[in-house]
Order: sequence, then structure tokens, then C-alpha cells
Amino acid sequence: MPAHPPTALPLEPGTHSPRRPLLSPALLVALAPLVAVAVSLAIGGILIAAIGENPFEIYALMLSASFGNGYGIGQTLFLATPLIFTGLAVAVGFRAGLFNIGVEGQLYLGGFAAAMTGATLAGWPAPLLLPLAIASAAAAGAVWGAIPGVLKARFGAHEVINTIMLNFIAFALVAYFGRFVYQPATVRTAEIGAGAVIPRLGDWLTALRSAPVNLSLVLALLTAAVTGLLLFRTRGGYELRAVGLNAPAAEYGGILIGRTHALAMTWSGAIAGLGGINFVLGYKHYFEQGFSGGAGFLGIAVALIGRNHPLGVIVAALFFGALSHAGLVINQRVPRELVEMLQGLVILSAIAAQQVLERASRKLH
Amino acid sequence: MEIVLFVAATLRISVPYALASLGACFSERGGVINIALEGIMLIGALGYVLGAHATGSGWVGVAAAVLAGLATAALHAIVTVKFGADQITSGLGINLFAAGLTRFVLKQVFHSSSNSARVVGLEGFSMPGLSSIPGIGPVLASPLVLLTVALVAAGQWLLFRSVFGLRLRAAGERPESLATLGLSVGLQRTQGVLVSGALAGLAGAWLASEQHSFTDGMTVGRGYIALAAMIVGKWTPLGAAAACLLFGAADALQITLQGSGFPNELLQMLPYIVTMLVLAGFIGRAVPPRSVGVPYDPEHL
Repeated sequence: MPAHPPTALPLEPGTHSPRRPLLSPALLVALAPLVAVAVSLAIGGILIAAIGENPFEIYALMLSASFGNGYGIGQTLFLATPLIFTGLAVAVGFRAGLFNIGVEGQLYLGGFAAAMTGATLAGWPAPLLLPLAIASAAAAGAVWGAIPGVLKARFGAHEVINTIMLNFIAFALVAYFGRFVYQPATVRTAEIGAGAVIPRLGDWLTALRSAPVNLSLVLALLTAAVTGLLLFRTRGGYELRAVGLNAPAAEYGGILIGRTHALAMTWSGAIAGLGGINFVLGYKHYFEQGFSGGAGFLGIAVALIGRNHPLGVIVAALFFGALSHAGLVINQRVPRELVEMLQGLVILSAIAAQQVLERASRKLH
Repeated sequence: MEIVLFVAATLRISVPYALASLGACFSERGGVINIALEGIMLIGALGYVLGAHATGSGWVGVAAAVLAGLATAALHAIVTVKFGADQITSGLGINLFAAGLTRFVLKQVFHSSSNSARVVGLEGFSMPGLSSIPGIGPVLASPLVLLTVALVAAGQWLLFRSVFGLRLRAAGERPESLATLGLSVGLQRTQGVLVSGALAGLAGAWLASEQHSFTDGMTVGRGYIALAAMIVGKWTPLGAAAACLLFGAADALQITLQGSGFPNELLQMLPYIVTMLVLAGFIGRAVPPRSVGVPYDPEHL
């Protein structure tokens, strides 16, 4: 049985009561992400207090570390960039009723492909090489997303298990090819050509000078805008959402479910693959084993908190990016592992709060 | 002799897979997908080390691992059964939480972000006959190996020959039929998840006791492999155990071939590729329990 994505909204009821209650059911459910963040921060606060620190002081420190100065903002934006991509990738899957857990592997392969293109064709001029390197990241992710999509469409194979398996296959595959392409005694590829480098924002904005945030952020925002347009303003996007909301009804309406699933996974994978460029083309300028560091899995939390909407995803990515950076800053006083626990707690409380509030909203009806 | 060592290594490696995938059978037969096995195993391993470190006894460590596994599984049960939230998302959340929690505790207790202090392992039985078999004897003498064999056999019986198993499977196939009989679907499902938690905790205890320590992220995806083995084994304890032996053999082969120049990465992929082929129906058909992954909601029938 396909797992229904936790955030699929019930179809709007056809009738409305004449008197609008102060707290509408839809608004109540929309509050779930805020409730989840509040609950998680409260639990985190208890943990901080338990190890003898003042939670309010720590949280204030975290806030100012992430948003209080140019460097902090730059770091937050840098860490948020891949999360916008991975959050969007997960959201596209959710909208189609699919759970893409393979975002981590798709992003990983995307980064590897971008690095290989950028290094192999190092002499090429930027107007040719940069688009090609970015396109190869998207293509690698798309292929890795298409495999579970097609397997689901053709054989009904569950995409969750397949994407988990494909994550591990991606890691092993890259490790295998790494034998031939890694620099001697390292686990990284050769440096990409100057034409494949994505410039840092600090080149223009002096406040961000020392932070690695780069133009990948702009591409992430553009991708969010395009994803929103495609999802909500095109026929294909409508079909995708119809399949996600009610597959049998969509099929009755003449939409091919298998084809939609396969295309949605390919699209989702392409976005995930793009997520690899931030680190590879915009920061280190080479691929390094293990660079993805869980950004793919965190994309699931981003999509959940962002309620599968491109704007929500951007806000949620900023939140998680800020949290990651703040975790490093407070490490002297509170182990930064606290932030990792918070990420898991946010996911758990988000889906629990969603259920509780949905039940409450049903009663409100 | 080499082949005997290979078999011994296969058995040794298969133990945690077999325990966790047996647990996965119980959880999924009851209707709850348990991707949290990875995190439960990790927390179980930490539980073993904390228990053994505090008391100096491996068996206290085992008990602590099982308790830690139960507690983590209870969290999964609360989120998925009580609140009826998405099971896969809950599992992923728990895995993320477990990775952070174990590192957090490691830092608080052992003041290191990578590994714990050395702790005692589990000393083997000296069983006349079994222990003296050359090569393989020491593995068979290890108490958890024998326990695993017994648990797999008991699990197969429990799932398919006992009242408990019948009810558990009903909760995963047609929960409404269980409710019609006046039995609680939630209770059955919770029991299934808790059994999987205890077993995955035990799997973590094995890993930590073998290694005499906890290291950051030491399960390295074994929970997911256990889940894959359950699918390849078609949701039955015996089938899952057989798949675990196959996957364990692939691991053992990697160790054997180390230094021979054969690319280990290709062998590493074997379990994952086999699982994908089984899921696609190329190697037999894998049919999951009918209602697995679907929260039971009596108001929506």
C-alpha cells in the first residue's frame, strides 16, 4: 500500500456554513508547523536546562548568531540553499502522493556529476561550462529519481523502499568511481574549471564577504518560483496534485497515474540533484565524499514544516539553516548534537500535531 | 578451513540483521512500517554500553539495550498508532533524533563525540560438543547466536500458529475485522511495534558487545538492510532470516576479498539490488500485509 503523505490536505468540502467561525478548520490545521516548532523548542529548552544552561539565554544566542550579523546571515543562507532544493524535491513527491526518501542519494549524485563535468571540461568558457555543469547535476538526480518512479509505474514497486535502497547504491557507486577519479590519498575529485564556479554573493555584498553563500541561492529561489508555477498554474501540475489527492478519482478523470508518478519522481530527482551545486560549484569547487551530510533527509522536515508549498519550503529551509549554523556557534556551551535531536523532534511533533489539529478541526465542522 | 571461517563470519554478521528483521516482521505484520529500526538499533547499542559501563556486566547491558529499544519503539507507537500519523515519516524522524541523541549522550557521559570507553562483552558458554567444533565453535558458543536462532523459530511459530499472531496479522491485514470482534487494533499494533523495538535493541546490544564500545553511527544502515531482508523474506521470520544469511554472506565475502583488488563497493550493493528486484517482482512476488502503512481510523471505514 502506498503511504499517504502526511500533509495531503483533505478535499475542500462543497458546502460552507453561513457563519464563519473565528478559527476556521483549515487555519487550525495550517498551524501545525508552528505548534511543532514550539513543542520541539520547548523540549530542547528542558534539555538545555537539564545540562545546567539557561535555555532563554541559549536561544537568544542562537538567534543572534544566525541573523544578528552579516557573517551569520551568510552562513544561514548558505546552509538553507540546499535545503530549499531538497525541501522542494520532497514537496513535489508529496504533492503527487509519493514519498521520495531518495533525495539524499539524488543530491549526492547531482553533486558528483556537476564536479565531474566541471573538472573534465575545465578549459571550457563559463557561458558553456556553467550551464552544462548545473544541467548535469539535474540530469543525474533526475535519472536517480526516475528509476523508482518507473518501477512504481510499471511494477507497482513501493517507492519508499526503492529510494532507500537507491541511496545506498548511490553512495557505493560513487565510492566505486572514486577509485578512478579521486585525487591521490583523498576522497575528493579534482578541482573544477574556473568556468564552472558559481560566484559568491560576498563578491558584491561586502556584509556577506566571509560567508560561503553563493548564487546557488538565487537559483534555489528561481527553482521554487518555477516549481510553484508548474504545480499550481499548469495542467501537468494540476494532474500531479489530483493524483496525489485522490488517485482513483484522477484516473476516472482520465489522468494516467503511472505516467504522472514516473514524471513526478523524475522532476523531484532533478530538483534534488540541483541541490548538489551549492557545495560543489559554489563553495569547495570539488566533490568530496559524504558532502551531502543529511541535507536530503532534512528536506523531509523542510517539506513538512513548509506544508509542501514553495513559499513555505523557503521559510522552513531558512529556519533549519539557521538552526544548523546556530548549533555550531553554541557548541562551547551546549553540544551541537542538541540541534540534530531538535530536527528529529520537529518531524515527530509536526506529524503528530497535524493529526491532533485535524481531529480538532473535524469537530469544529 | 577458509570456508569454515567464512561460514563463521557469515553467522556472526547475520545476527543483528536477523534480530532486527524478525522485529520488522512483527511490526509490519501488525500493520506498522518500522523504518525506525535503524535508530532503535543505535539507541540499543548505546543502551548496552551505558548498562555495561555502569555495572561491569554484559547482561545488564543487554537488559538496558532491550529497554532502550522498547522505549524508542514506544515513541514510534505513540506517534503512529495513538496519533495515527504517517509511519514512514515518524521512522525517519526517530532515526534523525536517535543520531543526535546518541551523540549528545556520548558527549555528556564519555566526553567524546566519536566513541565510548571500552566495556565488557558477553562471555561465551562452554557447551560441550558445540564449542569444540573447529572454526565455527566460538561463534556457536556465543549466547546471542543461539538466542537468535531460538527467537527466529519462536517468532515463526508465534506469528503463524498462535492466537497472538493471528490477532497481530489481522491488525495488519483487515483491522476492521479485529474491531468487529471487540478487540483493540491499537493494542495489537502497539504490541507488534514494541516486539520489534525489543528485538532491534537486542541487535544493537550484539553490535556493541562484539565491538566492546559504542561508536558514532555504528549501525551504518543495518536497520535498513534488516527491513530489506524482511521484504526479500516475504514478511516471514524464516524467510527474513534466510535473506539475512544471504546479506551476511555478502558482507563476509567483502572481508574475505579485502586486499584482493576486487571492488568491495560492488558487493556492498548486492542486498539493495536484490531487494529492488524482489520488489519489482523479478524474483517472486513480495506482497505486503494489506493494511500496512495505513493508520487505523474507525471513523473512516
